[in-house]
Amino acid sequence: MSTPPGVVATARMIAARDLRIEWRARVVMNQVIPFAAVTMVLFAFAVDDTGALGRLAPGLVWLTVMFSLLLCAQRAFAIESADGALEALRVAGVDPVGIFLGKAAALAVQLLALAVVMVLAALILYDLDPPAGGVVLLVTSAICATCALAATGTIYAGLAAGVSGRETLLPLLVVPVVSPVLIGATRAVEAALGTGGTAVADGWPWVGLLAVVAVASAVVGALTFGSAIRD
Amino acid sequence: MESIEFIIGSYLLTFGAIAVVAARMLRRARSLSHRVPDEEKYWL
Amino acid sequence: MTTPTTPRSTGTRATRVIGIAAIVMSAWLTLFGLVLSPADVAQGDAVRIMYVHVPSVWLAYLAFIVTAICSVWVLVARGRVPGVDRVAGASAEIGVVFMAVTLVSGMLWGRITWGVYWQWDARLTTTALLFITYIGYLAVRGLDGSPEQRARRSAVVGVVAVAEIPLVHWSVRLWRSLHQEATVLDTDLDVDIDGLMLFTLFVGVIAFTLWFVWFVLHRARVMALAALVEERSLDEALAERATEVPAGGQN
Repeated sequence: MSTPPGVVATARMIAARDLRIEWRARVVMNQVIPFAAVTMVLFAFAVDDTGALGRLAPGLVWLTVMFSLLLCAQRAFAIESADGALEALRVAGVDPVGIFLGKAAALAVQLLALAVVMVLAALILYDLDPPAGGVVLLVTSAICATCALAATGTIYAGLAAGVSGRETLLPLLVVPVVSPVLIGATRAVEAALGTGGTAVADGWPWVGLLAVVAVASAVVGALTFGSAIRD
Repeated sequence: MESIEFIIGSYLLTFGAIAVVAARMLRRARSLSHRVPDEEKYWL
Repeated sequence: MTTPTTPRSTGTRATRVIGIAAIVMSAWLTLFGLVLSPADVAQGDAVRIMYVHVPSVWLAYLAFIVTAICSVWVLVARGRVPGVDRVAGASAEIGVVFMAVTLVSGMLWGRITWGVYWQWDARLTTTALLFITYIGYLAVRGLDGSPEQRARRSAVVGVVAVAEIPLVHWSVRLWRSLHQEATVLDTDLDVDIDGLMLFTLFVGVIAFTLWFVWFVLHRARVMALAALVEERSLDEALAERATEVPAGGQN
C-alpha cells in the first residue's frame, strides 16, 4: 500500500471530486440558484420601494448568499455521509487538513458562482448603475467573502454531518459566526456598486477585514476539522 | 431616585437569575445523588 | 452496623464556604450599589445598574474564556479528558445565563441613559451575537454520540466561538464608525468613577467570580452524577438482558 498523498494533493483531489459531483448532479445550479433568485424577487415585494432596494441591494445579495451557504454546506456533507465516503477517507489515513481545505475550496467555488449570479440579478432587478472602477473591488471582496463563508460552513457542516437534528442546528451555529463576513462583504459591495453614497476606495478596508476573517476561519478549521469529524 | 423601577428591576433580575439557576441545579444534584453510591463521587 | 446516612450531594466544605462568601458579598454589593454609593454626575442613578451589569458581563466573558481553554485541552487530549470537558460545559452554561442577565440589565440601563432599549453599539452587538453563539455551543453539547465524540465536537465549537469574539467586535466597530452622527452614543458605558464607585464595582466582580467558581464546581459534579447514573442504568439494562436470555432459551 502506498503512502497517503500530501495535504495539497488531497485538497485538490477532494475539491475536484466535489465539483465533479456538482457538475453531474447540478444541485446548486438547478436548485440553490433558483432559490436564491426567487429570494431576491421576494425582497422586492418586502421592501416595495425601488430607491430603497437599490440602497439595500448589497446587503440583500449577501444575505441570500449566506442562506444559500447553509444549503450548500449541508449538501456538501450529505454526499459524503450517504455512502460513508468521508468515513472511508478517514480510515484510509487521509489527512483531515486536506479534506477540510478541499471541501472548503469546492464550496467556495460554488458560492462564488452563486454570488456572481446574485450580483448580476441585483443589477438587473434593482436597477443599479455601478461606477466603472468598482469591478476589481467587487471581485476581490467576493472572493475573500466566499472563502470565509466556505471555511466556516465546512467546519460546522462537517461537525454536524451524520448527527440527527443537524438541519436546524447548522443555521444556529453558522449565522452568528459569519456576521463579520456579512458586515464586511455588504459594505465592500456597497462601495463597489456606489449604492451607499461611498467612493470605491472606501471599500478596501472591508476587504482587509474579509481577508483576515477568511484566513482566521481557514486556520481554525484546518486545526480543528480532524477532531470535528472523528468518531 | 429617578427610574427606580429599572434599577431595582436589574438587581432583582440578576440575583433572581442566580437564585433560580442555583435552586434548580441543587435540586437536580440531590435527586441524582440518590442513585449513585458515595464512593463513586470523586469530590468527597 | 452503621446507621443509614442520606447520600451526599454535590456540596463539600469548599463549595459551602465559597457559596456563603458569594451570598455575603452579593448582599454587600446590593447595599453599596443601591444605598451607599453616590449617583454619577453624568449618568445619575442609572450608574447603579452598572454594579450588577459589569460584574455579570465579566463573569460571562470569564466563563467563555474558561470554556475555550478547556476546549483546547480537550482537543489536544483528543477528547479523553471527561473532567475537563465537564468544566467546559458547566462554564459555558453559566456564561449563557449571565450573558442573558447582562443583555437585559444593559437594555434597562440603555432605556434610562439613551432613552432606548437597544443601540447598535459594538459591545452590545458583539455580546448579543456571542450569546447566540454559545446557545449553539450548548446545543452541540446536547447532540447524541459517544462521550468522547461529544467532547471533541463541542470543543471545536468552543474554540471557534472564542476566535470569533475579536473578529465580531472589530467588524461591528468598523461598521459603527460609519455612523458617528448618532449622538446618543456619546454617553458611553465608560464613566469617570470615584473611589467608592470603583470599590463597589470591585466588590461586585469578587462576588460574581465567587458565584462562577461555586456554579462551575456544582454543575460539573452534577454532570458527573448524570454520566454515572446513565452508565449504571446501562449496566443494569445489560445485566437484565443477560439473565433474560438463558431463561428464554430454556422454554
